[in-house]
Amino acid sequence: MLEQYIPVLLLVALAVVTAMAFIVLSRLLGPQRPASNKLGAYESGMDPVGQARDRYSVSFYIIAMEFIVFDLEVIFIYPFAVRFQEFGAGTFWAMMLFIFILFLGLVYTLKKGSFDWTAVPLQDEQSQESSYKIS
Amino acid sequence: MQQFLESFLPAGPLVVFVFSIIPLMIILVYALFAIWLERKVAGHIQDRLGPMHTGGWHGWSQTIADLVKMIQKEDIVPAKADRFLFKMAPFIAFAASYAAFVAIPFSSGYIGSMIDVGIFYIVAITSLLSVSIIMAGWASNNKWSLLGAMRTAAQTVSYEVPTVVTILSVIIVTGTLNLMEVTEMQTGNAFLGFLPNWLIFHSPFMVIAFVLFFIASLAEAHRVPFDLPESESELVGGYQTEYSGMRWGLFMLTEYADMLLLSLVGATLFFGGWNSPFGSFMDGPVWGAFWMLLKGMILVFVMMWLRWTLPRLRVDQLMNVCWKYLIPLSFVNLVLIALWEMIF
Repeated sequence: MLEQYIPVLLLVALAVVTAMAFIVLSRLLGPQRPASNKLGAYESGMDPVGQARDRYSVSFYIIAMEFIVFDLEVIFIYPFAVRFQEFGAGTFWAMMLFIFILFLGLVYTLKKGSFDWTAVPLQDEQSQESSYKIS
Repeated sequence: MQQFLESFLPAGPLVVFVFSIIPLMIILVYALFAIWLERKVAGHIQDRLGPMHTGGWHGWSQTIADLVKMIQKEDIVPAKADRFLFKMAPFIAFAASYAAFVAIPFSSGYIGSMIDVGIFYIVAITSLLSVSIIMAGWASNNKWSLLGAMRTAAQTVSYEVPTVVTILSVIIVTGTLNLMEVTEMQTGNAFLGFLPNWLIFHSPFMVIAFVLFFIASLAEAHRVPFDLPESESELVGGYQTEYSGMRWGLFMLTEYADMLLLSLVGATLFFGGWNSPFGSFMDGPVWGAFWMLLKGMILVFVMMWLRWTLPRLRVDQLMNVCWKYLIPLSFVNLVLIALWEMIF
């Protein structure tokens, strides 16, 4: 059983060695002339402003959470799919119930607007500024 | 499965070694070819010729020249970057995408390893790619990179769900995760007397499953119309902005390997893998490898063709397509395929 994974490990090792060989070759053949301009962050020709590791739109974290939920649910469908031909109707209805509950969850998050990324103008009457936020 | 090659070689560690190194060789040669092909396709679609001079015949050695040039470039690591993560990221991407090929049956006589979990292993190991992209983007300490990396992560993880669900709807029919067994099931010429016994002809819902799988795999491989991670015109280079020389080259090889991987998985699951389209005519281990690679290359060509046909989506549209249409549709399709299997 486990010896089936030896080629997997070998291929990973070979891929890493090949990649290393490319990089080492490029180290040997390429020039090494560091300069402060060259080593700075690329910001379309301007001097970089501040750090790049800043706060980020929350929508991406919501996507990540949704993904974890869905990916875990999908894992449960694997054994069902593999054994479906043998077990037949009983498992089918059990899986229907499972997918239905999953579907309710999806409908709930859609109605909550987790995936509505449209930028809407912020209705701020006091300042009369047309700033934008991601809702 | 391994008898074909084992008949030439003494059994033992050497066989294991040769079996492991073959996918890497195939993919490196393929990547050189595919990059040239992409430029030719781009050229001819835009009424140009593409590379013509290097090597004589239609610029066939253009990519090799590019590779040699890339190796001679300086290996730049930005001063403010996280050096360790910055250097690690291309290795992880390269190793993850290449290791996935071990479970692909290239012909009836050759598969890297007969692991039972086959397609599950491919899905699992390719999801390491998004980790490497996040690493690259965050370590670069560049705003373009970070934007590109976050988009890529959101895109790759989102589109993984419809990809896996469509794969599972095929698994319901085959009952095995091993791609070699999936391909063996598609041997023959049973359906309607003349169509090959491929899974795409199994039921009408299989065609829908293939369309959904293909759309999702376009997004997984970061191809147009879902090429937001590298959208040159708005994000400079996305997560690869700070990469140069051979480190960038590794990311590019990974990208092309990923395209072929998804195309080969599609060819195996829906188009009979190494089976000949003419029944037993032109069949056998060597022809098998030819058919497998041909089917994969046709799907890769469609991906290249789409690049010069469709405009790019916006980020919010990208998420809408995935969560509001592809995921519900793929689940409904899964249920319908299961129903079809119960009734017939």
